Amino acid sequence: MRLFTIRGGVHPEDRKALSAGRPIEVLPIPKLLHIPLQQHIGAIANPLVQRRQYVAKGERIAHAQGAVSAPIHAPTSGRIVGLGLYPANHPSGLSVRTITLQPDGKDRWHKRIEGVADPFALEPAEIAQRVADAGVVGLGGATFPSAVKLGLGKRYALSTLVINGSECEPYLTCDDQLMREQAEAIVDGARLMARALGVERILFGIEGNKPEALAAVQQATAAFDGVEVVRLPMRYPMGSEKHLVQTLTGKETPARGLTADIGVVVHNPATAFAVYEALRFGQPLVSRVISVTGGAISAPKNLRVLIGTKIEDLVEHCSRFREEPARLIAGGPMMGQPIPELRVPVMKGTNGILALTAAETGRREPAPCIRCGSCVQACPCGLLPLAMAAQVRAGDLDAAVSSGLMDCIGCGSCAYVCPAHLPLVQCFNHAKGELAARGRAKQKQTETKRLAEHRAQRLEAQKRAKREAMAKRKREADLKKQAEAAADSEGAAASTPAAAVEEVETC
Amino acid sequence: MLAPTLVASPHAHAPVSIERTMRLVMLALLPATLLGLWQFGWPAIVLFAVTLGAALLFEALALLLAGKPLKPSLLDGSALLTGWLLALTLPPWAPWWIGVVGAFVAIIVGKQVFGGLGQNLFNPAMVARVVLLVSFPLEMTQWVGPQPLFFAQTPGLGDALTISLDGLSAPWDAMSGASILGQVDLALQQGSDLGAAMPTLFPPLGALFGGIPGSLGETSALLLLLGGLFLLRKGVIDWVIPVAVLLGVAVPASLLHLLDPTRFAGPLLHLLAGATLLTAFFIATDPVTSPVSRLGQAVFGAGIGLLIYLIRTFGAYPEGAAFAILLMNAATPMVDHYLKPRIFGRDRRGQALPVAGDAAGERKR
Ligand code: SF4
Ligand code: SF4
Repeated sequence: MRLFTIRGGVHPEDRKALSAGRPIEVLPIPKLLHIPLQQHIGAIANPLVQRRQYVAKGERIAHAQGAVSAPIHAPTSGRIVGLGLYPANHPSGLSVRTITLQPDGKDRWHKRIEGVADPFALEPAEIAQRVADAGVVGLGGATFPSAVKLGLGKRYALSTLVINGSECEPYLTCDDQLMREQAEAIVDGARLMARALGVERILFGIEGNKPEALAAVQQATAAFDGVEVVRLPMRYPMGSEKHLVQTLTGKETPARGLTADIGVVVHNPATAFAVYEALRFGQPLVSRVISVTGGAISAPKNLRVLIGTKIEDLVEHCSRFREEPARLIAGGPMMGQPIPELRVPVMKGTNGILALTAAETGRREPAPCIRCGSCVQACPCGLLPLAMAAQVRAGDLDAAVSSGLMDCIGCGSCAYVCPAHLPLVQCFNHAKGELAARGRAKQKQTETKRLAEHRAQRLEAQKRAKREAMAKRKREADLKKQAEAAADSEGAAASTPAAAVEEVETC
Repeated sequence: MLAPTLVASPHAHAPVSIERTMRLVMLALLPATLLGLWQFGWPAIVLFAVTLGAALLFEALALLLAGKPLKPSLLDGSALLTGWLLALTLPPWAPWWIGVVGAFVAIIVGKQVFGGLGQNLFNPAMVARVVLLVSFPLEMTQWVGPQPLFFAQTPGLGDALTISLDGLSAPWDAMSGASILGQVDLALQQGSDLGAAMPTLFPPLGALFGGIPGSLGETSALLLLLGGLFLLRKGVIDWVIPVAVLLGVAVPASLLHLLDPTRFAGPLLHLLAGATLLTAFFIATDPVTSPVSRLGQAVFGAGIGLLIYLIRTFGAYPEGAAFAILLMNAATPMVDHYLKPRIFGRDRRGQALPVAGDAAGERKR
């Protein structure tokens, strides 16, 4: 198949050999699970359980709220022992609403967990609904509710489902290993997703540094028409949805648009596996595969871990650190986030735990920008990182936005190659955060303004009503004088307190 | 155990740094420099040492005055490299104070008054070279043929100090003459047929291996080319600028040479002689003063090449590299402004690409 080249990108040392080819081990059930209610993009899930309640494995413990959200299920059987705040697996280390579960060690599935005998006989909407009910989200790290993406066929003319097996982040091998061990299940899940989307064509994109995964998926797809396995060149960020689609189809997704705009939907192989489990066995998403690796980890491994397991338990299982890590990261080294402390839990989107040595991070003190243009050459989005950084530093966010700040995907290629070691991504993240805060403030302001105008209008209306009432009363008084019908004025007088009540309610 | 670290991604870095870049550029310059020092002997060695030393001194002075810490800036190698490049473009037997004045202009006027590393608009070494050329035309145009070290007639260290302190005087001034490009200019002014005169004036092998009069480090085309290829190989420089400079020189030179070989020297002379190769690989590629996008770099390089050729052929000076660099440096902000890369998902004007299906009504929404 003919591939298309993308602009920019970098070739970081892949360091996958640390954990590549290590069979997926099931992590023993830990003593406690801390299950955050916000593990997906969208509205936070709403808890359904109470303290001391007993739950079976796979039982729903929090339900989705709104159109973009995902339910959460008990990762194993046991008793709910807490419902409160717990530190989040997020660089801020702030606490979030979390359900704490004490496993009973029996790992007993809920009795209503049941698969579909022939899921291909289901209607597309039914498949999407089951995926939604299983709490499946994008397991590549984006954590967007998968069912919402499976419903795109209703609004877009789609042609192709792409399974993103590029795993272009260095170190990570969880998708690689899952594809090697579960190729048939992944292909089955992908075909179910294609059915939900209403597309005939499935492309598996896998980077050339995973020959075993390529061979396994190739074999698993051999029997099916319309499913193709593509060996991708090794280049970061090949796994960026829009860039992957451009590589495979030559088509460029319009700015601020979705790949669905050009007829393509992209899912991750681990997500396909979760869809397979949800449809074939009725099992919701309660565990995932994670690479625990990095130069500071004693025994790098690929682990299947229950959602809510403390990162400490994973590190413990990998014989802890061979040396004090300089940095602990959730995710890959290019886009991952620092882990604030070891007791934070694994979430649906956690694909890797990296313990990096100082040498691996390559950190140095930042120096002045020498305008070398390396960042410009590396940016896969055609941006001028040095110019945007200068604009942000000067506080001119509007200029940064017109330079394309909002088109930046935060891939880190620019900062990776910068000889001055400037923290470019940090700078852009800061600016994006600032803009979001401004946007919220502005929204609040317009809302306040709208309410104020509304109130002024209403007051005006009231005045008018009063004037009219006065006039009416005057007329009525005149009439009364004439006709002596005194009781008529009460109705008009009563309207004033009613208006006052209304005012209190709306302001 | 771990304090919350609010560091942003990426958590890996390419093995690059400013120091590494500077170090590799100096390494690439080393062969041509050593050859030049050997060829031109002690006077050249004295000049080279004085220029580099002065560059470091002025850098330190400027940092002290500005109240900035000395260590990171002095050690990043940028001042040393500026001094080095300047020294390579000087006449090898120029008096010591040429090096000092040059270093002052380069570091203080060319770089620090703009705000230090990364802030300057013009290439500091080239600013210094042009100021020297305009202010001291005599000292800046006395070229000597190679007088390699350890030969009978070559000046010893003592003679070198005399030359360096007092300038060229008897008996050494007898050895001076015009550079190769100057000689070609002269031959033209005397109305000779270049086609016939060239083989004696310009032996290409001499230019390759450094046997002709010229600046301290510009005489061996081969070693400069090797240094340039080394930098390309190491990823320190990109190919766009060097290739554009060389094409910018070679294309017009070939065209005019074809039109009238008696008046216009061929491309080989322009590529191998003078500062062309040093400019293409080491000076035009200065990150600070060149455009940042590939397209901009192509325009910048081609402009430099073309200007070098035009100044040499039609201008008042036999060599035009420094002027060409400064002119294109001045154009860099404009080039950067107009020749930006296209943003992913947008057209050249920054508008989002249309959705393909829109017109055909394919999109169901
Ligand atoms: S890579 Fe770094 S030093 Fe080079 S231009 Fe970009 S920001 Fe400046
Ligand atoms: S982080 Fe943004 S600016 Fe930097 S390379 Fe990636 S897309 Fe470009």
